[in-house]
Amino acid sequence: MAHSHDHHNGGHGHHHGDHPHTYSQDPGAHNARMQSDDAYREGAVAQVEHDLDYYQVRVMALLGILREKGILTTDEMRRAVEEIYGQSPAIGSRIIARAWVDEGFKERLLADADAACAEVGVDTTGINRVVALENTDTTRYMVVCTLCSCYPRQILGQPPTWYKSFPYRSKAVTDPRGTLKDMGFDAPDDVELIVIDSNADCRYLIIPQRPAGTEDWTEAQLFQLVTRDSMIGVGDPLTPAQLEEAMQASEQAS
Amino acid sequence: MEETTFRVGDRVRIKEMYPDGHHRTTYFVKGKTGLINRYFGKYKNPENLAYGGDGLPMRELYWVEFDINDLWDHEAGKKQDKLYIEIYEHWLEPV
Repeated sequence: MAHSHDHHNGGHGHHHGDHPHTYSQDPGAHNARMQSDDAYREGAVAQVEHDLDYYQVRVMALLGILREKGILTTDEMRRAVEEIYGQSPAIGSRIIARAWVDEGFKERLLADADAACAEVGVDTTGINRVVALENTDTTRYMVVCTLCSCYPRQILGQPPTWYKSFPYRSKAVTDPRGTLKDMGFDAPDDVELIVIDSNADCRYLIIPQRPAGTEDWTEAQLFQLVTRDSMIGVGDPLTPAQLEEAMQASEQAS
Repeated sequence: MEETTFRVGDRVRIKEMYPDGHHRTTYFVKGKTGLINRYFGKYKNPENLAYGGDGLPMRELYWVEFDINDLWDHEAGKKQDKLYIEIYEHWLEPV
């Protein structure tokens, strides 16, 4: 149940084989057919809305049948949903903060991320393989799942809505620098930008660069700087100044 | 060392196949040439798992690296920009 949306488990809720839009939903095929970028974007947005309606109705019907046949109880479904939403990006932030203060841990994370996660009490057995990738001054990674919404949920929680949207999934591979710019981040011209299409058995965790001016920070302090987006590779962690600003803003709000 | 069909650094082409069923090879890499970047090991075949099968025999899974500009007719990125994608052995042919 917890991984029914990830495609290695087979019977899942996305677009294969049994739906009239099966192939038009592949961003590559879609892109190849569409001559104009504008038409492409309009088509992509329209399809997202269409899909939500279609799958919401289908999921409700399926849950009703499972309940009726006594295969799943309402309580079991509630617990599964609670488990899924109990996962949060804070798990990933904790791993990154550890990697920043402990070089040996970072090396183990890069060599065998599943084992390194287990070492700090993070269970990734629901993922076939976790792969950690380190951003440097010369190389940056960004992650997309062009086929659906593959994401390291046991480490980062549920993916943000934009991650699952057609505009992100198509533009990340056809114009990655433009995509980052849309999200408020300018990749330096001379950096090697590597787009990771998370299309099969691996789930990816980006180790962002440790912000400048944090040399004497503790692991617990660093934890506060690690954003979800920085672990997907579409942004940088907060700077100390940005954290300070965010904390002041939240104090004023309360 | 495990014997694998391909080695890191091999040039490979993604087979241009369009089977009706579920598969993980995205359209935009079909027919394209790239480099083996990493070998991940053997995993159950999703093309069989998707229909309730046992996914056997397991398939070798590779990371294939492309220059992003080789994938599209337009300029998709800087000349050094790449796309890495996971591809099972039966979708790969040597170049």
